[in-house]
Amino acid sequence: MSAGALRTAGRVHARSGGAVLRLSEAESLTAAPSAPERMIINMGPQHPSTHGVLRLLLELDGETVTRCKPIIGYLHTGMEKTGETLTYLQGPTNVTRMDYSSPLFCELAFSMATETLLGLELPPRATWIRMLMCELNRISSHLLFQATNGMDLGAVSMMLYGWREREEVLRLLEKITGLRMNHNYIRPGGVAADLPDGWRDDTLRLLEGVGDRLDEYDALLTGQPIWRERLQGVGVVSAAECLALGVTGPILRSTGYSWDLRRHMPYLAYDRLDFDVVCGSYGDCFDRYAIRLNEIRESIRLVRQILDQMPAGDYRVGDRKVTPPPRGRIDESMEALIHHFKIFTEGFKVPAGEVYAAVESPRGELGCYMVSDGGPKPFRMHIRAPSFVNLQALPYMLEGRMVADAVAIISSVDPIMGEVDR
Amino acid sequence: MTAVDAPAPQGLSRLGVAVSEDPGGGTVLHPERERLPEVVEALREAGYTQCIDLCGVDYLGADDRGRLPDAVAPQRFEVAVTLISHSGRERVRLRVQVPAADPSVPTLFDTFPGTENLEREVFDMFGIRFDGHPDMTRILMPEDWEGHPLRKDYAVGVVPVRFKAAGDQR
Amino acid sequence: MSTPPPDDALRPPGDALRPPGDALRPPGDALRPPGDALRPPGDALRPPGDAPLGAAYGGLAELPHGVATRRGAGSPGDALRPPEDAPLGAAYGGLAELPHNFATGRLEELVKWSRARSCWPAAFGLACCAIEMMATGGSHYDIARYGMEVFRASPRQADLMIVAGRVSQKMAPVLRQIYDQMMAPKWVISMGVCASSGGMFNNYAIVQGVDQVVPVDVYAPGCPPGPETLLHAILTLHGLIRSGELTRRREASPARGAGIVVDQRDGQTATRMVVSRKRGRFGRL
Ligand code: SF4
Repeated sequence: MSAGALRTAGRVHARSGGAVLRLSEAESLTAAPSAPERMIINMGPQHPSTHGVLRLLLELDGETVTRCKPIIGYLHTGMEKTGETLTYLQGPTNVTRMDYSSPLFCELAFSMATETLLGLELPPRATWIRMLMCELNRISSHLLFQATNGMDLGAVSMMLYGWREREEVLRLLEKITGLRMNHNYIRPGGVAADLPDGWRDDTLRLLEGVGDRLDEYDALLTGQPIWRERLQGVGVVSAAECLALGVTGPILRSTGYSWDLRRHMPYLAYDRLDFDVVCGSYGDCFDRYAIRLNEIRESIRLVRQILDQMPAGDYRVGDRKVTPPPRGRIDESMEALIHHFKIFTEGFKVPAGEVYAAVESPRGELGCYMVSDGGPKPFRMHIRAPSFVNLQALPYMLEGRMVADAVAIISSVDPIMGEVDR
Repeated sequence: MTAVDAPAPQGLSRLGVAVSEDPGGGTVLHPERERLPEVVEALREAGYTQCIDLCGVDYLGADDRGRLPDAVAPQRFEVAVTLISHSGRERVRLRVQVPAADPSVPTLFDTFPGTENLEREVFDMFGIRFDGHPDMTRILMPEDWEGHPLRKDYAVGVVPVRFKAAGDQR
Repeated sequence: MSTPPPDDALRPPGDALRPPGDALRPPGDALRPPGDALRPPGDALRPPGDAPLGAAYGGLAELPHGVATRRGAGSPGDALRPPEDAPLGAAYGGLAELPHNFATGRLEELVKWSRARSCWPAAFGLACCAIEMMATGGSHYDIARYGMEVFRASPRQADLMIVAGRVSQKMAPVLRQIYDQMMAPKWVISMGVCASSGGMFNNYAIVQGVDQVVPVDVYAPGCPPGPETLLHAILTLHGLIRSGELTRRREASPARGAGIVVDQRDGQTATRMVVSRKRGRFGRL
């Protein structure tokens, strides 16, 4: 794409009068709308849709949205501050609670940043387990989207189906990590535990089941006139606007712009897998729905390949600096016990420096900017949350649409507020 | 890794900006803060199509500043901007030193409107102002909040844990 | 088994509707077993052993008092027919003339029963816990079994606020406002350690326990509490409403909830399931 094409994103450069309602919260109570027949109303923060505590300030002309401002921060948890008080081994516990529908990706970005600073080389099995888990998590995250998207649009049966399948994935994740959510499984130096017995059969059965169900979703929704009517042509953005706004993930791909970090800047071992980057062509809500549906299929393809190629070996690095001694050794050797104790109380020191590591989460580029000053805790830990940036596209998607479309559009952005507000 | 149309690191150094190495494998630029918009605009022309990230760092009390070139005088605050080149498949990071006495940086809104929320977050968390930003208000904290939580001299705010009626519940 | 103690808090003063002589009770009381004057007729339908609070739903058996159906002469309802001189319902020939099924009971018992059995939650999902709350509403855990699947977006139509997730300083005033908008009687479940105590986020941004903002009746521990734990908390709450305990505690200290802490119950269901058109797909998972 040439630099000239970028300039077509004219409206996102407007400082005033564009789609973004730039009013402070205090002003919004008293401010006069930009024209007499307009009014400013407030949606949220208590659940304007099934997507958490998002508040929208809408300027309406009749029922048409003219300008809008997403107001966030209702779930601000101070995780970046708390992250500075936790050691590198405790860190994943913290970041995993950001994006609670795809927690493993936050853990992965955090761990990759730490490992880059440490200069660690992972054993292959750890890398492949991470890929396996992330793809399973992508499936569950997109299933969650299908469920909530259906719910937002009134297709309540879709919500029940989505949860049904998601439970199956969660059950497998629970079997592997011990928890249904907030796994704290991917840690600097590898993963927390090896795959349990029987994981391969369980995974295969899961893939088969979910794969069949996806066809049912297709039958239920994709061709359905009401569904298409409500989504097609709604919430359109262009590729140039997405690029200018920093939007990534399925929203960027829905405009026909093929960009997926797994393919284009591979991390882990994605360069050894065969998959398609799913793209749309209109940049509307329907494309975003279809992309996420088909990304589940791609993830199933990926998991099948991972199953075939899963190497044997250790699931974490042998480097005793970051890896606690094996359980058996602790009973025999005092040194091992002290070593174990020190790793979990003091943590390990990480060389000074700053690094940015990014992964493709189900919502877009999820990055971790980590600064170390040589101590055992991150000096600064910043998560580049895709939902946070993607939300900026919301006013442009809403501009000129009816209030009734607002919920469909919010839903298609698929923001996870925990990640937006951190 | 490096595609044809990506500017080589030498190309970056022609911008007249101090350069250092990124442990993650990329390049780090250290422009003076007045020159930040100009450098970013030049990078955008050179194919860095997206501003991926913008965040602040408060180096108060850091034991080790890491890799700063000699030409760059360290300041308390820093704003780190990450740009990505889709054609070149690479990222470049810009680290801008911001003095504590005058915590302000020119905005990148005109080049990348997507920095709007990110800059507001840095303002909210660090109190670094972005000159020329269209809506410089708090974004995460309530608007009447005092202080900037991610500054190092802002306490974490730990409340001592009260153990309420432990033991007699079961 | 004795009659539950009268809950005077709920009974209107003077109890104007109830005739002093209890005119609805027939003199002979054919249904009542001899020698058990205090036992209400409905006890025959109650499960033996008086199952613990919220343990199981016995359907009609859960009704606090008698259930009777009118179907011709000699039906159990007839026993409840008032004597000829009774003023109430005399024009119809008594309640037995009613064309439908009916139930009798002490008013406050019926009120407690119906409150416990249609406890509509307000959708107040905040963070990760909200996902588990939604999973509880999903098909596997199916909160509809307890008459609770209607998550209301409007606090005016909700009885129960499940605070699912961490409450930030910015959200706390909103939370209080929503709580104030709910109609009394209203209950609060604090779901997850974040809502209960701030959890692992002991910092400037998070309110260290939602009980500083609203009264909490039941605390569900866990991070997140799984659907089993949430259901356990909900059933505990139902039991407390049913027994009148909650009303009593609330009246004793209006600004504080009952503050019951339940145990974590995660991972206890043997999760073998799924009805599938293609049978056996998920059979052994
Ligand atoms: S208790 Fe745990 S799962 Fe629940 S909101 Fe807090 S961090 Fe999330």
